[in-house]
Amino acid sequence: MQISGAQMVIEALIAENVDTIFGYPGGAIMNVYDEIYKQNSFKHILARHEQAAVHAAEGYAKASGKVGVAMITSGPGFTNAVTGLADAYMDSVPMVVISGQVPMSLIGTDAFQEIDAVGISRSCTKHNYLVTDAADLARILKEAFYIARTGRPGPVHVDIPKDVTAQIATFDYSKPVELETYKPNVNGNVRQIKKAMEAIAEAKRPLFYLGGGIINANAGEEIRKLVQMTGIPAVETLMARGTLRFDDPLLISMLGMHGSYAANMAMSETDLVIGLGARFDDRVTGKLSEFAKNAKVIHVDIDPASISKLVNADFPIVGDLKNVATSMIEIAKTTVDKERYIPWLETVANFNRLHPLSYKEDTVELKPQWVIQRVGELLGDDANISTDVGQHQMWTAQFYPFSRPRQWITSGGLGTMGFGFPAAMGVKVADPSRVSINFTGDGSILMNVQELMTTVEYKLPVINIILNNNYLGMVRQWQTLFYNKRHSSTDLSVQPDFVKLAEAFGGIGYRVSTKEEFDAALKDAVEKNVVAFIDVKVHRLENVMPMVPSGGSLFNMMLEYKEK
Amino acid sequence: MEEAARRVISVIVINEASVLSRITDLFSGRGYNITSLTVAPIPESRYSRLTIVTSGSVRVMEQITKQLHKLIPVLKVIEHADLVEKEMALVKFPITENLSDISALCSAYNGNIVNVSEEVIIAMVADEPKRVDYFLAAVKRFHPKEIVRSGAVALER
Ligand SMILES: Cc1ncc(C[n+]2csc(CCOP(=O)(O)OP(=O)(O)O)c2C)c(N)n1
Ligand SMILES: [Mg+2]
Repeated sequence: MQISGAQMVIEALIAENVDTIFGYPGGAIMNVYDEIYKQNSFKHILARHEQAAVHAAEGYAKASGKVGVAMITSGPGFTNAVTGLADAYMDSVPMVVISGQVPMSLIGTDAFQEIDAVGISRSCTKHNYLVTDAADLARILKEAFYIARTGRPGPVHVDIPKDVTAQIATFDYSKPVELETYKPNVNGNVRQIKKAMEAIAEAKRPLFYLGGGIINANAGEEIRKLVQMTGIPAVETLMARGTLRFDDPLLISMLGMHGSYAANMAMSETDLVIGLGARFDDRVTGKLSEFAKNAKVIHVDIDPASISKLVNADFPIVGDLKNVATSMIEIAKTTVDKERYIPWLETVANFNRLHPLSYKEDTVELKPQWVIQRVGELLGDDANISTDVGQHQMWTAQFYPFSRPRQWITSGGLGTMGFGFPAAMGVKVADPSRVSINFTGDGSILMNVQELMTTVEYKLPVINIILNNNYLGMVRQWQTLFYNKRHSSTDLSVQPDFVKLAEAFGGIGYRVSTKEEFDAALKDAVEKNVVAFIDVKVHRLENVMPMVPSGGSLFNMMLEYKEK
Repeated sequence: MEEAARRVISVIVINEASVLSRITDLFSGRGYNITSLTVAPIPESRYSRLTIVTSGSVRVMEQITKQLHKLIPVLKVIEHADLVEKEMALVKFPITENLSDISALCSAYNGNIVNVSEEVIIAMVADEPKRVDYFLAAVKRFHPKEIVRSGAVALER
């Protein structure tokens, strides 16, 4: 087939079964937008900022498990998108981002809207391409999708000069991907798996340490089964929330800096860490030399570079978690005796009784944790939950009753304020039958607030619940705790009228400060099924607890903050 | 902390645009050292071979190797244990220095005089990097005007 480079992009997206892309046009990508205009196979959603387009593609990918697609122009369009690329890179989100570039003849001349896009994206993508000949486009786009979704998933950036999108060449998408230098290992070494299972059978206090890789590998079901049949307790990282049901008796909770007392103590007391798709992030481990000090470590991950990077693995297993977990289940049938771990479960239950995750209700002001729990009670499984970054994010991770993988959408590795709203928009596209909630802060929401326009235009009713503490709360918390209350540049007393702001774009706004008002607002927003801001006035100085101070040991938790 | 020792690795990559920057970006982005780096195409293939001299603990080396492997165009990473290693150096001396003394020194280090002009003498040696160090120390007394080292190349025995 002889077609233009721009047409090739369209054909490739169709061949990849893409149903929606998120983007923003401009000079260098206009040929492709012209072809988008002419086609009817997929939908293009015009975000109102390139960063938001990429986060929306991430939200779509995280909720659906499919590759998210974003399209942007050169220069400022591309640089605006970089935060999204970096975010997707840190959280291993499968994504293809296509950018326009100035014509080949102008590359290197400081042309209008020229920037070395692949130079910039190299360090925040799994791979990237500068296309120099339309004849390469079919191969490159096919590779891009393949690389994005296989192995450890990640964003792939394809930069296409304008003249290449105009160039006519042969297009053949049927050739299978042939990458001699890229062969993600999927099965896991059988002998290693057996040895790991022996260690499990011999351990007294084993602990599953579940990470986001489980969600990426669509291995939730297998992991649930493995946990259930072994009777071994589990902790989850921030990214793994939803792997086990919130009411699973074997789920302790989240671990890490804001993990529960029981989760962090279990990790400190275990004699065998069974790490599945987790990467021993510093926000999880605290002080490395004290982390799971007396434990042997099993580490299963698709990315060999994640294994023994920070914590030495005694049983390293490189492989796809779905496959490895299936083998583990098979072996566990004959080797694992549940009874063995009952005393350990009793110890864990004691940790839980000692300091359960909790907060103190206030008679006057709403507590942010209550709001989150309340949404859980009212919507539970019927909602997908996105967040921005800050205290509200940690409280949501702690208190929302997650019931399934991909229900929880958050920016973990990069911690990107402004992620939540566009991501929740992408989530709504991927899973329209569920309510899309974004728990956000009064700081974060202003970092992509323009998406009010996109969500209103495309009728993507995201409900933004602003846990409004008039602070950059998480930074304020650190200042309170570690900077002697010098609240430097974190006071957000000056605020927009969030109700009017939502209304100005054609959404609905609610301002609430009591439980009754909150219930009424949420109910109304869900019923009306429109884009909403619920501005919830919450207690200003609430802190996220427990807290492991940065670099401290996991077992040395601050459990509450006492006013000095 | 384990000591950071000198290590030599060879990396075979697909010879395509920006592959070298992928590698150097990885080193700078993750804070690894590069002592020297050489690169040239492997004859009659679509590959290039890089020889990187770096330093790091065993753990850092393991990470470097794994991270290199993760780069899509990387075919193979060889961490050398038993290797033959050579480096070349060119040194420019003023014509006023003693030609035969320099020449004698060069031959002790696998080298010779490669150019003599009206104003300068250029000598070449090719030897193990450590021995190139010795050579360069030894020729100091001939007042070298310019020195260029190629960086090491290595083959596993
Ligand atoms: C883009 C970006 N800039 C700065 C930060 C640093 N930061 C982390 S949390 C936070 C405060 C967030 O405030 P808000 O959205 O109101 O949430 P709260 O903590 O009050 O719940 C800041 C500034 C960040 N994570 N992302
Ligand atoms: Mg706030």
